Amino acid sequence: MADVKKIATRESYGNALAECGADFPNLVVLDADLAGATKTGVFQKAFPDRHVDCGIAECNMTGIAAGLATCGKIPFISSFAMFAAGRNFEQVRNSIGYPHLNVKIGATHAGITVGEDGATHQCNEDVALMRTVPGMTVVVPSDDVEAKAAVRAAIEFEGPVYLRFGRAAVPVINDRPDYKFELGKGVLLREGSDVTIIASGITVASALEAAQMLEADGISAEVINIHTIKPLDEELVVASAKKTGKVVTAEEHSVIGGLGSAVCDCLCAQCPTPVLKIGMQDVFGESGPAGALVEKYGLDGKGIYESVKGFVK
Amino acid sequence: MNKLELQKTANEVRKGIVTAVHGAKAGHPGGSLSAADLFTYLYFEEMNVDPKDPKKADRDRFVLSKGHTAPGLYSTLANRGYFPVEDLPTLRHLGSYLQGHPCMQETPGVDMSSGSLGQGISAAVGMALAAKMDNKDYRVYTLLGDGEIQEGQVWEASMFAGHRKLDNLVVIVDNNGLQIDGKVDDVCSPYPIDKKFEAFNFHVINIDGNDFDQIDAAFKEARATKGMPTAIICKTVKGKGVSFMENSAGWHGKAPNDEEYAVAMADLTKIGEELGGAN
Repeated sequence: MADVKKIATRESYGNALAECGADFPNLVVLDADLAGATKTGVFQKAFPDRHVDCGIAECNMTGIAAGLATCGKIPFISSFAMFAAGRNFEQVRNSIGYPHLNVKIGATHAGITVGEDGATHQCNEDVALMRTVPGMTVVVPSDDVEAKAAVRAAIEFEGPVYLRFGRAAVPVINDRPDYKFELGKGVLLREGSDVTIIASGITVASALEAAQMLEADGISAEVINIHTIKPLDEELVVASAKKTGKVVTAEEHSVIGGLGSAVCDCLCAQCPTPVLKIGMQDVFGESGPAGALVEKYGLDGKGIYESVKGFVK
Repeated sequence: MNKLELQKTANEVRKGIVTAVHGAKAGHPGGSLSAADLFTYLYFEEMNVDPKDPKKADRDRFVLSKGHTAPGLYSTLANRGYFPVEDLPTLRHLGSYLQGHPCMQETPGVDMSSGSLGQGISAAVGMALAAKMDNKDYRVYTLLGDGEIQEGQVWEASMFAGHRKLDNLVVIVDNNGLQIDGKVDDVCSPYPIDKKFEAFNFHVINIDGNDFDQIDAAFKEARATKGMPTAIICKTVKGKGVSFMENSAGWHGKAPNDEEYAVAMADLTKIGEELGGAN
């Protein structure tokens, strides 16, 4: 895949905000001293009056966004996932979730692809935390195209939305004329009959690679991209589980509480199916290049291929 | 309203507080009573609000950052005409629109849900910022407890408000001196409160928060202050107006039983009579 275009979804986030700025005069972007890293600097440059740097104070930023939303603004708070969802959990729950305010949370640098900064900054728990907030929509885009579409959809949607973006450049996989993004709708990327691989974020590209490798071994894998983890596209998940009888989830996140858990919650109630959860197996990450970490923790194409192969045997 | 009318109204607000907490068999009377004069002044004198149109776009906003004193806010809103005073005893009951802590989706007149300490002030700062962004002249008020300012987020919000020169924001600290575990200066002293806000680039006014002359002068001074937010540090008596609740940490979060309720209402009725009866 060397010739495939690669863009980090945090870049897509900043670019999408800048592109939407003119269409949505109430859009306001807040940062906590990370505008350079979250890539909202592009928006800041284009709309300086609607960018608010709150300094290194994420909890206050969250409350400010809540206050802005009560006055009709559409605020995006931007920070690393570790702080946007982790440090901030109770502010998100009580100041945004409970009053169901129209605040969007743009969380960048999620998961282990933060790389060299190491475990303190590699948030593998954010999806789990955000899923538990009643009324929260949780979106994990897989590439540049999807990330930009998700930002626009979040602006157009009334209510709190958590958007998860990555630091590292990832292949553009959705660049096709018929691509359509709809909150809450999963995307069937590849049909198969032996096993279903459900992925989100960076593991979608890995899952597609794995499916190709499995095909060579005579295993037909269906691949589903779940960009919206909450609300989950239960219809699509159940239909595929019924068809293949085996489900693998793959996510750059803890296997506790994220995509895998969401899929299991759905299947155990509607269509009990054996599920293998690929992800961070209840461990912290570590420093290293993003690519090497993805490989080490089995989230690349080869890693998913090997896990699926062992599971379907 | 003149001073006497404000005093009489505040006494009615206090009766509502005691009645609500008694009806709930739980809740926070002490800090509601200490702030009753402040609530009354805000809603009957200071703020541009309309009970018939609680969400009017350019209204002044109030955030009860010390959200546990919801009985104080609810009684004030009820006496101001947002909803019937008769509903106050439904406080904290299953199905009531008067939740244990303020809920903006349930209760007319509540501008922000609050209760987790330290968070309300940030929302108030956001509202003040929105007014500045939109060149609107509405003002934003937020009431904090003196124990609450132990929360770090209060100082994050204050740093931002000072930095952004939000002169449409008034932070009111109810310095009743007591928190759940005892005296604030025994638990973890927030003093000097005024110097702290000064250091965060606020205009600071120290007053007796149970004296309407001083309250009136302070809010007028805040309105005239340009280029910086104002903090009004209010010395108050926790449990003010109810003999056995005054200056008692034990009445921070406890409801009176039937006998205690009768005594409390008798205390407040006597104060009302001394003020010359109803408005």
